[in-house]
Amino acid sequence: MAEVPIVLILVGLAAYTVLGGADFGAGFWELTARGERGAALRDHTHRSMAPVWEANHVWLVFVLTMAWTCYPQAFASIASTLTIPLFVAAVGIILRGAGYALRAGSSTPREEGAISLLFALSSVLTPFALGLVVGGIASGRVPIGNAEGDEITSWLNGTSLLIGTLAVATAAYIAAVYLAADARRMGAEEIAGAFRARALAAGVVAGALAIAGPFVLSSDAPEVYDGLTGGAGVVALLASAAAGSTALALVATRRYSAARVAAATAVAAIVAGWGLAQEPYLLLPDLTIEQAAAGDATIVAVLIGFAVGLLILAPSLGYLFRLVLSGRFDPATAPWPGPPAAAVAAANADPDAHGSPRAAPIAGAVTALGAGVTFFSDAPLRSLGIAVMLIGAIACFLAVAALDEADTPALPFPPRDGD
Amino acid sequence: MIDLAASAFGPVQQEYLLEARQMQAMSFIAHIPLVCFGVAFPALVVFAEWRHHRTGNPVYRTLARRWSKVMLALFAVGVVTGTILSFELGLLWPGFMATFGDVFGLGFTLEGFSFFIEAIFIAIYVYGWDRLPPRTHLLTGIPVIVSGIAGSFFVIAVNAWMNNPSGFRIENGEAVDVDPWGALFGNSYLAHEIVHMYVAAYIVAGFLLGSVYGWQWLKGNRTAYVRAALTIALTAAAIAAPVQLIVGDWAARSVAREQPIKLASFEDLRETTKGAPFSVPPGIEIPDMLSLLAFHDPNATVTGLDSVPPDDRPPVGIVRASFLTMVGIGTLLAALAAVFLYVRVRRRRLPESRWFWRAAIAAGPLSVVALIAGWVTTEVGRQPWVVYGVMRTEDAVTGAGGIPVGYVTLALVYAGVLAAVIWILRRLAARPLAEDAATAAEGGGDG
Repeated sequence: MAEVPIVLILVGLAAYTVLGGADFGAGFWELTARGERGAALRDHTHRSMAPVWEANHVWLVFVLTMAWTCYPQAFASIASTLTIPLFVAAVGIILRGAGYALRAGSSTPREEGAISLLFALSSVLTPFALGLVVGGIASGRVPIGNAEGDEITSWLNGTSLLIGTLAVATAAYIAAVYLAADARRMGAEEIAGAFRARALAAGVVAGALAIAGPFVLSSDAPEVYDGLTGGAGVVALLASAAAGSTALALVATRRYSAARVAAATAVAAIVAGWGLAQEPYLLLPDLTIEQAAAGDATIVAVLIGFAVGLLILAPSLGYLFRLVLSGRFDPATAPWPGPPAAAVAAANADPDAHGSPRAAPIAGAVTALGAGVTFFSDAPLRSLGIAVMLIGAIACFLAVAALDEADTPALPFPPRDGD
Repeated sequence: MIDLAASAFGPVQQEYLLEARQMQAMSFIAHIPLVCFGVAFPALVVFAEWRHHRTGNPVYRTLARRWSKVMLALFAVGVVTGTILSFELGLLWPGFMATFGDVFGLGFTLEGFSFFIEAIFIAIYVYGWDRLPPRTHLLTGIPVIVSGIAGSFFVIAVNAWMNNPSGFRIENGEAVDVDPWGALFGNSYLAHEIVHMYVAAYIVAGFLLGSVYGWQWLKGNRTAYVRAALTIALTAAAIAAPVQLIVGDWAARSVAREQPIKLASFEDLRETTKGAPFSVPPGIEIPDMLSLLAFHDPNATVTGLDSVPPDDRPPVGIVRASFLTMVGIGTLLAALAAVFLYVRVRRRRLPESRWFWRAAIAAGPLSVVALIAGWVTTEVGRQPWVVYGVMRTEDAVTGAGGIPVGYVTLALVYAGVLAAVIWILRRLAARPLAEDAATAAEGGGDG
C-alpha cells in the first residue's frame, strides 16, 4: 500500500517530463527563432502549444499534491532543504504563465520579441531548477527535518547539474519532435524540416549527457548508480537507451509521430529507472518509502479520489488531444455563417425567448423566503433555507438577465452580423 | 511513522516569521480575485452564449467570444498564481505540511483533478469557437463551470479544516487516527465558507465587469454590446450582493460558536459580556447589538478576548479593521444592487443616472477590497494558529534562510504580473468588436 502513491507520483513525473517538457522545450526554441523565419517558427510553436499548455502543466500540481498527502514528512524535508531551486522554479512558472497570457495582447513585433525572450528564458530556467531538485533527492542530500540539509550544496552538485542540464536538453528534444510532427500535419514541410534539424541536435546533446550520466553518478550518487547498473534498474536504463536511439533514428527518417512515442518511452523508462534504483528508499540514506508513507486511511482515500478523478479526467484529456491532434483547432478560414435562420424565426415567435416579466418577482419571492428561513433558523432547517435561497438566486439571475430591454426591437431576419 | 522524523519537525528558529506570513498573504491576495473569475466568469460567459442560442441575437455571441478570451487570459494567470501557493505551502510551512499533509492533502489532490478538467475544457471552449458544432460548443462550457466550482470547493474544504480542525488525534506531536474524508467534508465550517466565497465571486466578477463597461457607458458608448455586458454582469452582482448579507450573518453565527476569540476580535470585545454592544467608528455604540448579531439573542453572552492568554489572541486591530471594511462595503454594494434590480425589473432598462454609474464604477474595486478584507478577517483572525487551537503558525514555519529575499523577489514579480494583466486586458478591449462578431478567421487562435 505504501508504495502505490510513489508509483503514481513517478507516472505523473514522467507525464510532466514528456508533456510539460514539450512545453518548456517549445519555449527554449523561441530563443533560437529570430528574424522573419524565426517569426514563422514562433507562430507555429505558439499555435501548437497554446491549447494544451495549461493541461500539460497540471501534472506538476498532481505530483506535488500526491507527495505532500502521501509522504508529508519527506515532502516537507525536500521543500525546506531545496528551497532555493524550488523558489526559482516557481518564479519561472509565473513568468511562463504571464508570457502565455501576455501573448494574447501583443501586437507589434517588438512587444512580441520581448515577451518571447522572457518566455524562453523562463522556459529554460524552470526545468533546469526542477532538475536540480531531482538531483538533490537522488544524491541523498535531503535529510529528514525542517531545513536540515545544506541550502546550497543540496542542489549545487554534480548530480543536480547533470539532471538539470539533461532536463533542458530532453525538453528541447521532445518539443522539436512534437513540433515537427505538428508542422507535418499542417502541411508546413519547411517548418517541419527546421524542427527536424533542431530535434537531431537536441537529441545528440541529450544522448551525450545520458552517456556521461553514469560517470557523474558513480562518484556523486553511488546508491542510485548501483541501482541503475544492477537489478531491475539496468533493464530500465537499457530500455531508455534503446528507445532514445530509436527515436533519433525515426526523426532522421522523418517519421515524427512514431518518434514522439519512442522519445516519450525513453523518458518514462529513465524515470522508472530512478525509482527502481532508489527503492526502497524515498530519501537516501535513511527514510524508506514505508516509513515515509501516511497512514492507510489517507492512502486509501487518495487512491479512491484518484480513481474517481481519473474516470472523469481520462476521457476529457482524450477529447482535448483528439481535437488538437486531428487538427480541429488549426486556423479556420471560413466565415461564421450566422445563426440558423430557423432558430431566429423560432426565437422571434416565442415571447418567452426574450424573458418573462412575471418570472422575476416569483424568483425574488423564493429567494426572500429562503433568506428568511436561513436568517431565523438554525441547523438543520437552515440548510433547507440556504438551498431555497441559492436556487431562488439562480432563478432570479436567469429571469432578470434574460429580460430584454423594453425597447428592444425584434431581430431582423436573417440577422445582421455584429452590432 | 518513526520518532526520528517526528522530532525533526519540532519548532525551529525563524527570524522572519512575519515576513513569511506577509509573503503568503501577498500570494493569496494576488490569487483570490482571479479565483472569483475562475468561479463566476464561466457561468456568465456560457449564459451569454446560451442567450445567443435562445434568441439568435448575435450581440450575445460577440460578447461570449470576447469574454471567453478574457476568461482564458485570467485563467492562465490564475494557474500560475495558484501553483505558487502550492509551492509556498512546502517552502514556507514545512512543519504544517509534515504534520498534517496526510490529514488535509486529499483536498488538494481532488482540487488538482478539477483544475485539470477546468484547464482542458477551457481550452476546448476557447479554441473551439466555430470549430465545434454550436450546441457541442455550448456544452463544453458546462464542465468549465462545474470544475471551477469544484476546485475551489476542495481548497475551501482545507481552509475550513484549518479553522475548525477535526478528523485526527495528536499523539507525540503527530497526527494519528487520520480520517481525511471526515476532516475535509464532515466539517460544520465547510458550508458557510463555501457559500460565502461563491457568492463573493459573483459579486467581485460582476461588479468588476460592471466597472469596465460602466466606464464605457459614462463615456457615451451605449451600444447593444455594452448594454448586454452590463445587464449580465450587474444582474449577477446585484443578486449576489443582498444574498451575501444573509450568508455573512450565517458565517458570523458559526464563528461565534466555534471560534469565539475570532469573533471577539471583530469587535475588540475585551471582557466576556452578557448583552454585548456593537460599536462602529467613530465611537457609536449600539447596546446588545453584538449579542443579537452573533447569537440572534440580545441577552446572549459573548466571549471576550480576556478569556485566553494574550499569546493566544489574534492581532485585534487588523482583524477589526478588515471586518468593518468588509461589512461596510458589503452593505453599500447591497444598496447599489437594490437600485439596479428595481430599475432593471420595473422599468425594463438599465439605470440612467450618472450617479448610479459613478457608484457602479467604484463598486468593482471596492468589491475587491471587501474580498481581501474578508480573507484577512478570517485568516488573520485565525492567528496565532495555523491549525486553530492545535498548531501555532510559528511551529509551522520553515527553518530555511532567505525569506526576505524571496519576499521582495516575489513582490516584484507580482507587480510585473499585475502590470501585465492590466496591459493585456486593455489590449483585448481595444480590439475591434468585428473581430469577434462575424468571422471565424484565427478565432481563438490568438487567445
